[in-house]
Amino acid sequence: MGLVSPDYGLLFWALLSFGILLYILKKFAWKPILQALKNREDSIARSMRMAEEARQELLKLQEENKLMVEKARLEREKELAETKALREKIIAEAKDEARIETQKLLDKARLQIQLERKQAKKELYVNVAQLTLNLAEKILRSQLQDRQKQQEYLEKLIEEIPKN
Amino acid sequence: MKTSRLSAFFLSLILVASQVFTFAADAHSEPNSKKFNASEFIFDHIGDSYEWHIFSYNNHHVSIPLPVIIYSNRSGFHIFMSYKLQHGKVFKGFKIAEEGKYRGKIVELKKINAEDVSLPLNFSITKNAFSIILISILLSVVFTTIAKRYQRNPELPPSGLQNVFEPFIIFIRNEIAIPSIGQNKYARFMPFLLTLFFFIWFANLLGLIPIFPGGANITGNISVTMALAIFTFIVVNKNGNKSYWKHIVSPPGIPIFLKLPIPIMPLVEFIGIFIKPFVLMVRLFANILAGHMVAVVFLSLIFIFASIKASLGFAVAPVSLLFLIFMSLLELLVALIQAYVFTLLSALYIGMAIEEHH
Repeated sequence: MGLVSPDYGLLFWALLSFGILLYILKKFAWKPILQALKNREDSIARSMRMAEEARQELLKLQEENKLMVEKARLEREKELAETKALREKIIAEAKDEARIETQKLLDKARLQIQLERKQAKKELYVNVAQLTLNLAEKILRSQLQDRQKQQEYLEKLIEEIPKN
Repeated sequence: MKTSRLSAFFLSLILVASQVFTFAADAHSEPNSKKFNASEFIFDHIGDSYEWHIFSYNNHHVSIPLPVIIYSNRSGFHIFMSYKLQHGKVFKGFKIAEEGKYRGKIVELKKINAEDVSLPLNFSITKNAFSIILISILLSVVFTTIAKRYQRNPELPPSGLQNVFEPFIIFIRNEIAIPSIGQNKYARFMPFLLTLFFFIWFANLLGLIPIFPGGANITGNISVTMALAIFTFIVVNKNGNKSYWKHIVSPPGIPIFLKLPIPIMPLVEFIGIFIKPFVLMVRLFANILAGHMVAVVFLSLIFIFASIKASLGFAVAPVSLLFLIFMSLLELLVALIQAYVFTLLSALYIGMAIEEHH
């Protein structure tokens, strides 16, 4: 058989075998294999995408968490500041009130004292007058026991009366 | 990793060693001829034959007979096993011509013992045809088994055989089909390209194994590569679109005097349709044939020198063997490269035929 001249018998068998092989492999091997490969690649791609999405979601959640924590912190600080202000205000108010109250009490006490002093003065006057009267009465009584002396005193009183 | 490399090394050693032994046995068994005929030896090993010679021992030939299928105008249709024609025997008026212009072919004797012979229509399942059938069965079994495994557990990572061939399948898809044909249309041609690639690769590898079931120089036979090229030709031209044919009938962008009155360019383009598969055919055939030839030549060097003087043969043997090992390893690479090249070029031709021009 010539080396470079094709042999139709072998050519025939080669064409036939390759044709049948092509048909068999196409139907029973390549289609399922290529389909399976494609499915697997798709599923891997899908999984990768899902993982990426999950990662993004996680990052977003973390970001949100951070924001929330930050917000809470700010709120707490704000509240604390407000509370402090309120406290100071209350204390100030209380102080003011206490001062006013004290003032009032003091005023009242002073008034009372004045009143009582007046009263006391009055009583003192009355008492002094009483005592004086009593004394005068006693003196008069003792002096007027003597007739002469009464006379003298009467004269004196008359003398004392302004002459007009 | 290391063990696989080691086993690969031993495998190639065994491969080469068995090659040496079979060839050596053949060389020794040349009947009744003291002189070693190198060209006969070489052409016997790279050519086709009607039987599958396995080994010879003391002039006792062991070979697998193959069916001879013949149709003759005179005596009609015949099917018989090739051993009936062994050693120049005549059966039903047929014999294998030993010399003359029909040397090696089955001829029909017009008269008993006459020199006047005619060639019958010969569709015998020769060694190469049988090898092709074997490879087809092997490929069918291997890849349907793999396909079943893909279907049975699609979510599992590949294992075993599946793992061996998956990279090649993906390589052909991602590096050959998609770049050459395009993302949208490649899928339709994947079965053809895959079958082409694995058929050529398996045939090349099987050709490297010197003993049965290998040993046939399948892809180094022009009829086989022609069959493959015809398939590429059919696939390319069957799928050629309007712009592909327009490019052939009236190639755009060239001066009109090259088209009219003598259609030089259309003619060139038209011849190109046939040249493309022709080149595929010759490239694969020549590469594999050359590899086989060089390997056998290195081997026959031993016997050429031995026929001069026995000690010379022993002296040449180590050098020849070294070259033979080198060639075998190179051919392992060539087997893959040629399968790749044939597939890649087929894909490119398909891509050119279905490309949309805007």
